[in-house]
Amino acid sequence: MKKWQDNKGWLFILPVFIIVAFSAIIPLMTVVNYSIQDIFGPGQRIFVGTEWYKEVLTDQRLHDALWRQLLFSGLVLLIEMPLGIAIALTMPTKKGLGSSVCLVLIALPLLIPWNVIGTIWIIFTRPDIGLMGALINDMGWSFDHTASGLHAWITLMLMEVWHWTPLVILLAYAGLRSIPEAYYQAARIDGASAWAIFRYIQLPKMRGVLTIALLLRFMDSFLIYAEPFVLTGGGPGNATTFLSIYLVKIAVGQFDLGPAGAFSLIYFLIVLLFCYLFYQVLLNVGKGESS
Amino acid sequence: MGLILDQVNKYVEGEMHLADISLNLASGSRNVILGRTLAGKTSLLRIMAGLDRPTFGKIVMDGEDVTGISVRKRQVAMVYQQFINYPSFTVFQNIASPLQISGKPKARIKEKVMETARLLHLEEMLDRMPAELSGGQQQRVAIARALMKDSQLLLLDEPLVNLDYKLREELLEELTAIFKKRDCVVVYTTTEPSEALKLGGNIVVMDQGRVRQTGPTAQVYRNPATVNTAQLLSDPPINLFEAKLKDGHLTLGDDLAIAVTDPIASLSSGRYHIGIRPNHLYLHQQNPGDVKIHATVEISEINGSETFIHFQYSGYKTVLHEVGIDARKIGSDIAVHMNPANFFVFSEKGDLLISPGTANTFS
Repeated sequence: MKKWQDNKGWLFILPVFIIVAFSAIIPLMTVVNYSIQDIFGPGQRIFVGTEWYKEVLTDQRLHDALWRQLLFSGLVLLIEMPLGIAIALTMPTKKGLGSSVCLVLIALPLLIPWNVIGTIWIIFTRPDIGLMGALINDMGWSFDHTASGLHAWITLMLMEVWHWTPLVILLAYAGLRSIPEAYYQAARIDGASAWAIFRYIQLPKMRGVLTIALLLRFMDSFLIYAEPFVLTGGGPGNATTFLSIYLVKIAVGQFDLGPAGAFSLIYFLIVLLFCYLFYQVLLNVGKGESS
Repeated sequence: MGLILDQVNKYVEGEMHLADISLNLASGSRNVILGRTLAGKTSLLRIMAGLDRPTFGKIVMDGEDVTGISVRKRQVAMVYQQFINYPSFTVFQNIASPLQISGKPKARIKEKVMETARLLHLEEMLDRMPAELSGGQQQRVAIARALMKDSQLLLLDEPLVNLDYKLREELLEELTAIFKKRDCVVVYTTTEPSEALKLGGNIVVMDQGRVRQTGPTAQVYRNPATVNTAQLLSDPPINLFEAKLKDGHLTLGDDLAIAVTDPIASLSSGRYHIGIRPNHLYLHQQNPGDVKIHATVEISEINGSETFIHFQYSGYKTVLHEVGIDARKIGSDIAVHMNPANFFVFSEKGDLLISPGTANTFS
């Protein structure tokens, strides 16, 4: 039996292979390439092994950025997940004008381009002309996100929550809508309280979508770049220099491609690790439950 | 004692869902509500449970008017089409849940759970989660939960419709036995006449939001008050023909004249509807008095150990149900035998005049 007959199958995989190669494998391997060489110019490069990795891993500024990043993502999840679920629970349940209007209003922040969002919040929080900034300053507190690290964080959190909680709301709402009416009837017949309905019916039934929401929100917030870039540029000082901002400073600002490559790969592995952990934990908690 | 519905009506946005429903369901009775989809079965159950209020009418439970009382304060248990269990509870916790809310002592709850689990053959899977069970087992858990409450009223809304045939048969048999031992009012809705007949007890035939007929199931099956009820209570549907009676001869369809005796012969001349159940049409002669017609097979289907042959007679769609396997080729000619003793005679308006004597072969 000749094998060549079977090779036709490769033709069908080829398009996907090419797309994945150009979109993922080649860029990733380029980064790997940078991370293990010192490149001075075309044709001038030296193999340096793990030197860049050692340098990056012992960089105190990177450690600071990592803790900042973890704190930021942790806060984002702690605020956005419960808030999103709570808002989804208060939305109208019946199909009709009410729920449509709600959904459109809630989805609005998701439709605005990222740089516009940053600009909106810069103006909104300006102490002299911004609606929020001026209001707070008039009330006697001085609030300026360009001057105080804490204020920059508060502004950034507000922006992030305003921008991305809608995603959690939409996912939670979809999860809630997929629970058959009979569950609520059964709970009423059992005499279950509103808390019991939430804890024992709605929450377990939303587990699937909430897992997705959690993973998406973690990845997005851990990779956050646009918002602090536009709003604070990483400042004041290094107060909002998150991993991605620091990475861009190394790669584009200082043009240290070697350390930047090593940094990128470590960054990628951290995100992957956390997503895997979250996924496993949620999978185990929900073992045996229908999603 | 029991559940009494007095002139219950339900309108939703001006649309009639239930009209003038008066029922008297005794404690310890099995009541099957039979009707097609959208006949109002579920609406009626919801009103009985207290999930909905009737637009007009009164509901009396054990002598107490409960019309406006919320479901939380009533002693009601309900089983649904979908398999409704708490997803994050084990089977044990699920079955125990109604009692845990009521705050009974733990040992008592455990004893009761074991007893109920044994009844529904769930002892082996008490530690599992609902999603790890098959559909039939999930529904068993839901039924067990409903049985745990010693409610005055046990409602089951097409509980077996999402199960496969084999499981349905099995569970139906067990349920019939369980219901017989209970002293609450059991109400069970279904679209399947065969389920109603197997459960026995009383039947409430519903159509378009109205109750068409009530009574002991076997009696209603033998004496359907109208053509409509006869159709609802027969699966495959009862065969209906228009007929003319004149001078002791009944003319069925276009040309088949049958000499009839009493009681049919004593009816006045005129037009009638004749109904005959598919299992009273035979491929082979049964009795000397049988009438023979010729027909061409349109479809012949075998279902388990039964054969259904569809054919047209004088333009009427007709089904013959033969026990045993006797497949016929499509297009082949067959002789069909029937006996006037098995005829249901309905007036032109559709009211029952004569039903086959109960002494006749009843099945």
